[in-house]
Amino acid sequence: MAFVQQSSPHARRARPTSRLMLWVIVATLPGLLAQTLFFGWGNLINVVWCVTVALASEAAILKLRQKPVAFFLKDNTAALTGLLLGLSLPQFAPWWVSAIAVVSAIVVAKQLYGGLGSNPFNPAMVGYALVLISFPVAMTTNWAEPALLWDGAPGFGDTLAAIASVQQTTVDGWTMATPLDEYKHKIVSLTAEEVVQHPTFGDGVARGWEWVNGAFLAGGLVLIGLRIITWHIPAGVLGGLVIMSLAFGSNADLYAPLTLHLLAGGTMLGAFFIATDPVSAATSHQGKLIYGAGIGVLIYVIRTWGGYPDAVAFSVLLLNFAVPFIDHYTPPRTYGHHKARRGVPGRTQG
Amino acid sequence: MTQLWDFAGGIHPPENKHQSTARPIRTAEVPERLVLPLQQHIGEPAAAVVEAGDRVLKGQVIADVADGLGVPVHAPTSGVIDSISELPVPHPSGMTDRCIVLRPDGEDEWIQLHPATDYRERERTEVLELIRNAGISGMGGAGFPSNIKLRPPKERKVDTLILNGAECEPYITADDMTMRERADDIVAGLKIMAWILRPGRCIIGIEDNKPEAVEALRTAIEGTQIELAVIPTKYPSGGEKQLIQILTGMEVPSGGIPADIGVMCQNVGTAVAVGHAVLEGKPLISRVVTITGEAVREPGNFDALLGTPIDHLLAQAGLMPEQVNRLVLGGPMMGYTLTTTAVPVIKTSNCVIAATATELPAPPPEQPCIRCGQCAEACPMELLPQQLFWHAKATEFEKAEHLNLFDCIECGACSYVCPSSIPLVQYYRYAKGEIRVQRAEQLKADRARERFEARQQRLEREQQEKEQRRKERAQAAAEAQAKKKAEAERAAAEGSAVDERAAKAALVEQALARKKAKADAGKPAASAEVPAPTPEKPDLEALEKQLTQAQSKLETMQGMLEDAKAQQADNVDKLERAVAKNHDRVQRAETALTEARQQLAAESPTTD
Repeated sequence: MAFVQQSSPHARRARPTSRLMLWVIVATLPGLLAQTLFFGWGNLINVVWCVTVALASEAAILKLRQKPVAFFLKDNTAALTGLLLGLSLPQFAPWWVSAIAVVSAIVVAKQLYGGLGSNPFNPAMVGYALVLISFPVAMTTNWAEPALLWDGAPGFGDTLAAIASVQQTTVDGWTMATPLDEYKHKIVSLTAEEVVQHPTFGDGVARGWEWVNGAFLAGGLVLIGLRIITWHIPAGVLGGLVIMSLAFGSNADLYAPLTLHLLAGGTMLGAFFIATDPVSAATSHQGKLIYGAGIGVLIYVIRTWGGYPDAVAFSVLLLNFAVPFIDHYTPPRTYGHHKARRGVPGRTQG
Repeated sequence: MTQLWDFAGGIHPPENKHQSTARPIRTAEVPERLVLPLQQHIGEPAAAVVEAGDRVLKGQVIADVADGLGVPVHAPTSGVIDSISELPVPHPSGMTDRCIVLRPDGEDEWIQLHPATDYRERERTEVLELIRNAGISGMGGAGFPSNIKLRPPKERKVDTLILNGAECEPYITADDMTMRERADDIVAGLKIMAWILRPGRCIIGIEDNKPEAVEALRTAIEGTQIELAVIPTKYPSGGEKQLIQILTGMEVPSGGIPADIGVMCQNVGTAVAVGHAVLEGKPLISRVVTITGEAVREPGNFDALLGTPIDHLLAQAGLMPEQVNRLVLGGPMMGYTLTTTAVPVIKTSNCVIAATATELPAPPPEQPCIRCGQCAEACPMELLPQQLFWHAKATEFEKAEHLNLFDCIECGACSYVCPSSIPLVQYYRYAKGEIRVQRAEQLKADRARERFEARQQRLEREQQEKEQRRKERAQAAAEAQAKKKAEAERAAAEGSAVDERAAKAALVEQALARKKAKADAGKPAASAEVPAPTPEKPDLEALEKQLTQAQSKLETMQGMLEDAKAQQADNVDKLERAVAKNHDRVQRAETALTEARQQLAAESPTTD
């Protein structure tokens, strides 16, 4: 009898990468649904378009790199990158802006660094930051009005036409500044009460945005419940943002209030779905907290004193830079040791 | 109620234990041949004390370890020694080793037994010797000689004695069934070990998935101080370090042993063996082995004689040979695959899984690590498995060691959960192996360097001693020569003084003669024709003698100079000056002689 020779463990019951990624994709659906309900078809079309471009560019570059195309496409990571970009780009972002974001994310930020697992930066955020800097007008003027405000909200066809059109003028009537943008620019000359008169703020925090953020929060909690991500990074991000907001922004007449920071813009999507990308995030629990908190603090700093109304992409990318450093100094204490061994191995004498 | 702590990480693999607990422990049939490896424990292999053809009785020592760490091997039944030869033994490498092959005669005739029911009246060392002579080594896994383990260093008092009945590996039920059916034996053995160690606490730790075992032991410990701790089912709670943490909240220091923190763990099977050894005088000749897996029809536990070939047990469990895909010795998490069913049961064999291809399928292809951190979540030692993996893969062993690679217990939890199906544990084993090799080579290189340096030092020392001796000799010689030279110089000085005086006298005479001649020339011509009165004839003989003397002295001095130069003595300068001086002297003597000769020659025609 010839028996299979194998090294232990002989049993394994892992959720394969593809399943983990699928769960993340599923967990974004409430957020996508909320976006569609409150901002129209834009994000949904973006998502379909971005995922398509992502899969196509991943397949092409894998082929070029002479890697097994089907094997890697099936891991769902490219689809997830496309999905995240589709969720975070403005609803009426032109098709070519989205495409540039996706291609630079997949080809440059991911595959040219060695493919899955080797990218030091979050691919989706590389793509996002690239188009944000390169096409500032397209990226800031294409945010949809919350659906409740629309007179004759654009239907699927109109939205698709607007995205597919090269001309940008057609969407003027349907778009407006994001609440963070609005608050930031108006608070300089107005009081908080006056600022929130703007229709984008609605009766709650920010019409539509609060629901979208709430939905992403729910999806994120599902991921924590499924042990696909740990609580450390989201807690760090939100914690950093909250602490900064309480420390510096308690006066609503000067700075955006905490509720707006948490429930407008890309906060929850960033905290639960983007900062938690394992490949480019810190690894130990302590490291994850530091990494998350760094992102949270930076989001606040850039939003408040920087030139951009939202800052998730830059914050995540900046902390991606710091990951090797953080990892270096935050290994856990191993069982049976007095303290953690930080830093690099010391040269022993002799 | 014993307070419990949790340990980090851990996983919950499917237990697959019910298959083999359906039946009580069966006594395995005695096979035609028993194969007893000489090494069944950690330490030195035993040496056979019987020869082929000898008849042995059940319980008779057939191999022993004369010196070094080890325990004897006993005949599991009476019979005749068939041979002592190289046969396959249970080992991950599938290697062969020396084994005694015993052909049972069916009599099952015991040697004279010497129970020590009165062990409490005896010396502890005597009881430990009984345990050693019974051939008991740990039956949980590693197989460390029990008598050594039960005798921790004097300064390490064992406060807590833990009996490990956790049995956290899936499939294995040998300890479970032992606890269910032999609870009294376990408690008896535990009492003996407790009597030896005198700990403050005795705790039996069992996972809560073994309610029958818990009940049986609860009954058995009634009226004793022994605590029963039912711990949550989680792999690897049966790992020694994890169980200690669960039951005491303490951690075994890295690189240390449990005794360092006053704890000792013993396996329940070991307790049974200790009880039998002391109370009945019976050596360790059999053990409970789980035979399970979907490729056997009647999985269960067998009380098998040591040396029973595994195929014999598999056959009794109803093996379906065409179904077996993988044969694992031990559990699915830490066991190793066998290449053949011909290997025997040894003291550490606890389980054989005859798995079908669907039961333990081949792992899917490896994918890139996405740093998801599931491995770190599962690691019971709080390591960073993915960093260790990166470093092992990049052969950055120093960094891997820095991240405590050697604290990895190879439990396999990280591989179990890895979504990219990376065989993490294999990478750690590889890295550990490479580091061990490097260390061994380093050690070898260090030794070689030390040897070389020692040799160099010895040669240098010898050279110095030689030099020292040579210098001493040279100095003695130089002194002797200096003495001689001083004498010679004194003599030469005297000699030269005489010569010089004579030469001066001759010169004075010559000068006088010349003056006289001049004076004569100044006289009337008549007188000019008259030859000048001949001055006193120079003493040729004396001059010649002077020259020879000076020459011989010069030669002596030159000889001495040569010697001194050859020996590099420090009187070379002095001798050179002396030679030069003598050289002048010789020249002077020569000049004097020549002049004298010329004078004589000049005179002779006139005289003729």
